[in-house]
Amino acid sequence: MAAETTVLLDGAGIKRALTRISHEILERNKGIADVVLIGIRSGGAYLSDEIAAAIAAIEGDSVPVGAVDITLYRDDIKSHAPHMPVGKTEIGFSLEGKRVILVDDVLFTGRTIRAAMDALMDHGRPQCIQLAVLIDRGHRELPIRADFVGRNVPTSLKENVAVLFDDAHKPTEVVLEK
Amino acid sequence: MNLLIKGGRVIDPSQNLDDTLDVLVENGRVTQVGKQLAAPAGAETVDATGKYVVPGLIDMHVHLRDPGLEYKEDIISGTRAAAAGGFTSVCCMPNTKPCIDNKAVVSYIINKAKAEGCCNVFPVGTITYGMSGDRMAEMGELKESGCVAVSDDGKPVCNSELMMRSLQYAKGIGIMVISHAEELSLVGQGTMNEGFTSTELGLKGIPRVAEDIATARDIMLAEYTGSPVHIAHVSTQGSVRIIRDAKARGVKVTCETAPHYFTLTDDAVRGYNTNAKMNPPLREAADVAAIQEGLRDGTIDCIATDHAPHHQDEKDVEFAEAMNGIIGLETSLPLSLGLVASGVLTLQQLIEKMACNPSNILNLGRGSLKAGSVADITVIDPDKSWVVTEASLASKSKNSPWLGQTMKGAAACTILGGKIVFNGR
Amino acid sequence: MAEFKHKDIIALRDLTKEEIELLLSTAENMREINSRDIKKVPTLRGRTIINLFYEASTRTRTSFEIAGKRLSADTVNISPSTSSATKGETLSDTALNLLAMKPDIIVMRHAVSGSHYFLSKRLPNCSIINAGDGAHEHPSQGLLDMLTMKDKFGRLDGLKVAIVGDITHSRVARSNIQGLTKLGSSVFLAGPPTMMPPGVEKLGNVTVCGTMKEAIQDADVVMMLRIQQERQGKTLMPNTREYSRYFGLNPENVKLAKPDAMVMHPGPINRGVEMSSYVVDGDQSHILRQVENGVAVRMSMLYHVCGGELE
Repeated sequence: MAAETTVLLDGAGIKRALTRISHEILERNKGIADVVLIGIRSGGAYLSDEIAAAIAAIEGDSVPVGAVDITLYRDDIKSHAPHMPVGKTEIGFSLEGKRVILVDDVLFTGRTIRAAMDALMDHGRPQCIQLAVLIDRGHRELPIRADFVGRNVPTSLKENVAVLFDDAHKPTEVVLEK
Repeated sequence: MNLLIKGGRVIDPSQNLDDTLDVLVENGRVTQVGKQLAAPAGAETVDATGKYVVPGLIDMHVHLRDPGLEYKEDIISGTRAAAAGGFTSVCCMPNTKPCIDNKAVVSYIINKAKAEGCCNVFPVGTITYGMSGDRMAEMGELKESGCVAVSDDGKPVCNSELMMRSLQYAKGIGIMVISHAEELSLVGQGTMNEGFTSTELGLKGIPRVAEDIATARDIMLAEYTGSPVHIAHVSTQGSVRIIRDAKARGVKVTCETAPHYFTLTDDAVRGYNTNAKMNPPLREAADVAAIQEGLRDGTIDCIATDHAPHHQDEKDVEFAEAMNGIIGLETSLPLSLGLVASGVLTLQQLIEKMACNPSNILNLGRGSLKAGSVADITVIDPDKSWVVTEASLASKSKNSPWLGQTMKGAAACTILGGKIVFNGR
Repeated sequence: MAEFKHKDIIALRDLTKEEIELLLSTAENMREINSRDIKKVPTLRGRTIINLFYEASTRTRTSFEIAGKRLSADTVNISPSTSSATKGETLSDTALNLLAMKPDIIVMRHAVSGSHYFLSKRLPNCSIINAGDGAHEHPSQGLLDMLTMKDKFGRLDGLKVAIVGDITHSRVARSNIQGLTKLGSSVFLAGPPTMMPPGVEKLGNVTVCGTMKEAIQDADVVMMLRIQQERQGKTLMPNTREYSRYFGLNPENVKLAKPDAMVMHPGPINRGVEMSSYVVDGDQSHILRQVENGVAVRMSMLYHVCGGELE
């Protein structure tokens, strides 16, 4: 554990934020036609399941969900010693003409999102890609912005923001480590 | 040149001697061995306190590679390595280029060694002309020009009829046949001993019966013809047993083994170490135990290194491509002293195996410090610690599995015909 | 988290259980790249892989080549002639020449066991992957065989795996034995006694069976090895007819294995000798699956040796 940990959001707070994001997604895309959720492993993938459940509760209809692992698309492969294990990318449907909602837990430098977009492009040609994140902590190094944000948390580079999950992969709290 | 070797432990099995004594050498011969001898005027003193003084050691199986393969070793470097190893005499094997199957090559070797060498070189001639395995070499001429034995070492004589005729003929000439006992059809493409290690490393194995069968054949031919035979580089438990039984029956068989066969197993090959590749190959623990027992109970008569220098380019290659053989002249003494330290042999038995027996088997007239003998003497420092490195080895080639290891024991002084040819590391 | 810290992959004998499991799980997750439209990821972009094959091989070399290309690496194939009549460059000299091309990985197949360790010493900044060395090991084949078994049974520990054929000359058998026993399978070997190397039972949980029946009885996996006429000469067995009578797999004896058993063969198959055509093309054959897994496994190997700072 880090020296000093503050809880930014508890379980209930996360649920409210995700519910609001789900409504925003439906509003922006005028419903669920052609909408698919792709979560970035592993935090984004767990959250995309939560969002899918919320959307199903609102619309009464489900949205296809997939997960993408970006280990093979990272731009910092050379500096990793040794190579991280590769997770499974599971997109069980075509992306052609789809409105992809990319989901991640924490948006930071933007490099993960860039890698995820490259991975998606290798899977097909979506109609558009929108980005939903639970936390945006600033410090972008690439021109990337989120379309749907749970909470903006200004941080310093020395700090760390993490979304914690339990054994059932449900989000429990968001913490700030100094 | 006159020498007085003072205060050493003199061990001479030929006189049943093991005592602290002085040895006086005058005009190249041992004149006196006794207590508190006085040094005659002009005699150099060698202080042998704490050391052993023994008849000059003899290595009866050495490859000097000269003539023809001088890039690996030559008579000068090879005898220098021998002297550094404590040897005053070596027998050089005939697989040179050209091979030792005629008097011209024999004379070249003897003369060069006399003029520029550091020890006695007794050439071994070939059994077959050109080492072809086809027909006999002129053993009479070979003996007359100075060969002390004949061998096709490196190769066996495959044809049993030819081997039998060679044994009979050699007996008539009065020259010993040294046999490289190997059944080639069982060796095939093998590169190491056949056993668990070869299985794990995925290397083709040479079964130990390849040696046992050939040893048995040569002994039976010797028995049938009543000829003596000497088996070279014994490495297997089977060979030891066969030789032991033959000796008990009265067959005129003698044999030798090399230090690597009583100290290393085929585990040394792990890592595909080409400095552990030789023929016969390193065997397993049970064979090492049998070799040691064979030395202890007298089945094995001599320790001979089969010193086989090879150039770095011939060893620094993939395992299957590497040439067979390791050098041994300079590490033989410490490794053999190890047998005394571990209780396998007494010091007296060791000197028999390294000096007296080789001399007797080949009629070299050495191996003794009796008054009147040629002063070939080795002074041994049994406690001298030294590290085997490329720089510390006198041989041109450095293909030794003991590189980097510390040895205990070395020649403090090697004396050839009364002249000091090596004065310690 | 499991980490792969080796510069080279030369033998499964040198890897731990965890390292082998990591290679397999990465391969499992990389499989989807081979079934989508754009079969490429940018992971090894800019790396140079040299496929140095001293022995002829179409399938293994092609598999490695595709694996490298799918990871966006630049692959080069070199097939030096090894006829001793035209004795060309020594392996040492070839290594030095290759050094100038600054390869990141060399995938080599060579007839001499242990030659990869030899090459690795001379090229300290390049990863060496073994595509087969003499009779020693063929790690990528061992790994893809294990992955194929894991696909079917979901696990490797507790499996009974029979390997039948010329074990002495088989690097495929050795790699499989090393990998399978480390991961908890039990291996049962059968073959003519002339082709069974001494001490092989000491390699792990390995039993040498007197007959083929014993080995394949209740086996989960039956792996048949190719009878390599070119390696043996004439003296190890009378002929292929006798071999197939006593050690060939046919529709009758295949029933001795478990009903849902897998039949495997590293290829190429001598139809009618090791296996009858009926079994080759039958339900129990997973031979094509083995080939598919081959690319994924090789991608995994290339990926993991490239990891991070090479010491």
